[in-house]
Amino acid sequence: MSMAAEERSARAPWALTAPALMLFVGVLLIPLAMTVMLSFHDWGQYKGIEPVFILKNWHEIATDPYYAEMFWRTFRIAILTTLLTALLGAPEAYILNRMSGRWKSFFLLVILGPLLISVVARTLGWALLFGGNNGLVNKLLMSLGAIRSPIPFMFTETGMVVALAHVMMPFMVLSVWAALQRLDPQIENAAMSLGASPATIIRRIIMPQIMPGVLSGAIIVFSLSASAFATPAIIGGRRLKVAATLAYDEFLNTLNWPLGAAVATLLLVALVLIVVGSNALIERRYAEVFR
Amino acid sequence: MRRNGPLALIFHTIFVIVMVAPILVVCLVAFTPEGFLSLPTNGFSLRWFRTIANYPEFIHAFWVSLGLGALSSLVGLLFAVPAALAIARYRFRGRDVLAALFLSPLMIPHVVLGIAFLRFFTSAGLGGSFAALIIAHVIIVFPFALRLTLAAATGMDRSVEMAAVSLGAGSWTLFRRVTLPLILPGVISGWALAFIQSFDDLTMTVFLAAPGTETLPVRMFLYIQDNIDPLVTSVSACVIAITMTALILLDRFYGLDRVLAGKGDTGR
Repeated sequence: MSMAAEERSARAPWALTAPALMLFVGVLLIPLAMTVMLSFHDWGQYKGIEPVFILKNWHEIATDPYYAEMFWRTFRIAILTTLLTALLGAPEAYILNRMSGRWKSFFLLVILGPLLISVVARTLGWALLFGGNNGLVNKLLMSLGAIRSPIPFMFTETGMVVALAHVMMPFMVLSVWAALQRLDPQIENAAMSLGASPATIIRRIIMPQIMPGVLSGAIIVFSLSASAFATPAIIGGRRLKVAATLAYDEFLNTLNWPLGAAVATLLLVALVLIVVGSNALIERRYAEVFR
Repeated sequence: MRRNGPLALIFHTIFVIVMVAPILVVCLVAFTPEGFLSLPTNGFSLRWFRTIANYPEFIHAFWVSLGLGALSSLVGLLFAVPAALAIARYRFRGRDVLAALFLSPLMIPHVVLGIAFLRFFTSAGLGGSFAALIIAHVIIVFPFALRLTLAAATGMDRSVEMAAVSLGAGSWTLFRRVTLPLILPGVISGWALAFIQSFDDLTMTVFLAAPGTETLPVRMFLYIQDNIDPLVTSVSACVIAITMTALILLDRFYGLDRVLAGKGDTGR
């Protein structure tokens, strides 16, 4: 390669990525930095936002138990949603993987397709199914004898977890599915020929191998559930607040932007720490297993 | 490999029913002939679809969503295609950092993005404008446009390009006549997936939209907050139908499993 061509190929990647890089710095990194700064500003009912540096908002979040309760509710809902998707999604992915070609791709489409359908429409569907004390879900559960009296789903955490689990399920199935593709079916056959029972095969052969898939699915589901907005807002109503709906209220109803910015910043930082931390943990854990 | 036993098939059936039920119930209720929320037991009626015509704000919101999705996906591709070519072909310092930055909108909660953009565009004097919505949507659809273009560019046969260069093609001709046609399926699918993402976004857009620039999900959300009636189910049924159409096109063009599995993450 000539000198000129070499120089060009060193500059080419930067020339090609420069427009996107400028876009991202200009309208992503700067706005994010402005939001963090906003959380240190002062606000008053009549004076509006005052660009000073104070810890008022952070102090309020740290000391007022209302925020501790709200964040704890947010993460409790996210944890329960994650557990529910893992408990149901992992077996379903395994069952799907054992189906024959055409059924497999058909059901994969049916289960993954909702991922791209409007969250508002899907949550509306749950609101219709829950519908007060005589909603379809309660009628069905009572006629099956599973419950005696109707469970309140609307405006409760139970309802939020069920609807969120439905919204997030495709991510879990997809993630476990990807792990199953790397699994060698011959190992299962070998275990069976050596006399292992189906339960032992699942516990000793399948589970350890799909665990990384379950865990990476869990991270995605957890972070998306903890920051979900549409489902908690529609199912939870105006009273049962989570971090995202509270930030929305501060910004568009109370107009206390600095406090809303502090809630959003805390949510972002907490999620980044949890995601990065658990990713590192999983990688270390499974690096040891496969070494 | 062992086959699924009866227990597994029962579990599977219930699972699929639960996954489909909420979407199905919305579409069914949309056809109710009654004036209230109910399953259509006495025949189907299109009255609630006709009622949409009396609500110009829904129709306006639909056009806003359509224009926003089409434009922001197109602008996103204008930025993403060159970036994808650079990341797919060159090994340079900062490549991994750039790839991580470009995919970061997937990691940042949309509520945080909505707040950041609201603050940014309000101070820039663009609060509530369509231009602000376009720029914000370009950022959130960018990772999807990038990923699919990247997958196409990584899997491309470079020998055709070399042949074109040896025949004296300039770099613009090379891109327009050789590279672009070869990566076009990935680019079109990237556009379609980006469009769906933009068309469906509520969480970020709800912070940015003002009366006049409300998108369909925002309009639907604000409507549901006040009351749930069959009108919003018929609007939802239309949205579901549009998304399904886009999905089927995407499946034909590219294969939905490849799109959803996000193959070829950063081309590594």
